[in-house]
Amino acid sequence: MVQMTLNGLRVEVEEGMTILEAARFYGINIPTLCYHEGLSPYGACRLCLVEIGPSGQSKLVSSCTHRVEEGLVVRTHSERVVKRRKMLIELYLATCPQSRVIQDLASKYHVTRVRFTPRYEDCILCGLCVRMCAEQMQGKAIGFAHRGSNRKVATPFDVKSEECRLCGGCMYICPACQSRCQGPQEEEPLCNACLNLDQPCLNYFDDNMCFMDPCVACELGAGREAKAKSRDGRL
Amino acid sequence: MSNKLPDVEEILEGAVKKHGLAVVPLLQEIQEHFRYLPEEVLRKLSQKTGIPLIEIYHAATFYNSLYLTPRAKHQINICTGTTCHIRGSGKLIEEVFQVLGIGPGETTSDGNFTLETVNCLGCCAVAPAMVVDGKYYGNLTPGDVREILNKIMEKAAVEE
Ligand code: FES
Ligand code: FES
Repeated sequence: MVQMTLNGLRVEVEEGMTILEAARFYGINIPTLCYHEGLSPYGACRLCLVEIGPSGQSKLVSSCTHRVEEGLVVRTHSERVVKRRKMLIELYLATCPQSRVIQDLASKYHVTRVRFTPRYEDCILCGLCVRMCAEQMQGKAIGFAHRGSNRKVATPFDVKSEECRLCGGCMYICPACQSRCQGPQEEEPLCNACLNLDQPCLNYFDDNMCFMDPCVACELGAGREAKAKSRDGRL
Repeated sequence: MSNKLPDVEEILEGAVKKHGLAVVPLLQEIQEHFRYLPEEVLRKLSQKTGIPLIEIYHAATFYNSLYLTPRAKHQINICTGTTCHIRGSGKLIEEVFQVLGIGPGETTSDGNFTLETVNCLGCCAVAPAMVVDGKYYGNLTPGDVREILNKIMEKAAVEE
């Protein structure tokens, strides 16, 4: 067992866990895109980033790949983290606005604008299908090919793979090919039909104050007063 | 190099004995024999070693120096890295075009030469630099390039 500080709380977690697993164990929800319990962590999407280390010298790491250590100080919902996370979601929205998973993330984490040109890519290179095929299905029929901006998921020589058993595992796990529900403005890159409330506490404190999911309490009660008092009235 | 196709089994046997399961050295060795990586050979390699075909394909497409399509007999790489660019590699490329009629990424119709550009060969001290068939040439002028190419062509003609 190792002792660490999770959002200001002293907690004990099992050695060898990742920060993500530890946080989930204590009921703190960190969004992920390229992580799956049954697959090895990959650290590609960066959505799961958290802040570690004492404030002032803290750095952002991906929690799905970072293991817990004795005395580690972790903040999963600090202002810095939330800001970055929103930016990432915005970028994913621009890459793949037709994906329901990404639209849901945007609504859940209150991303209400996309400042980039939508690209409508078919793939976000999260690698879930590749790992699914190799680790769960023992197929190894698909994998990455080429590199840099040409990197893509492919079968060997771009022809139907002999290893493929058509199990459909890759499609099952793909976050990009789940298409959007036909909400309002389906033509738009941003749906926001299930938009959650923004956390008002982040305007006053450096961290999230609670882990209600979705955030609702303050906005309906205390949040209103906070809104009246808030500096820019933008809550 | 003889025109007879080398024996695939033999080459694979030798390569595996030498490099074990290290994918990139295996591919390099195969490429040395065939001048590129033929699909059937890679499939055989996968069967023989048990390395998943996709891993082989991944490595083969990842590295610029591994080719999945047939190459010309002679490979010309002209450096267009910063130093060589400043010292006039553009002129060298023009000269190759004058002599052979091919631009970067192209192959002559007789299949003898392929021209490609690379980003820094790691010998900026002798910029502008070029590599022909694995041999380095530095401090080049367009005239040198013409000479080198002519020599290779003459040699090829004599051999024929
Ligand atoms: S879930 Fe950790 S980087 Fe994607
Ligand atoms: S720039 Fe040509 S060798 Fe470095």
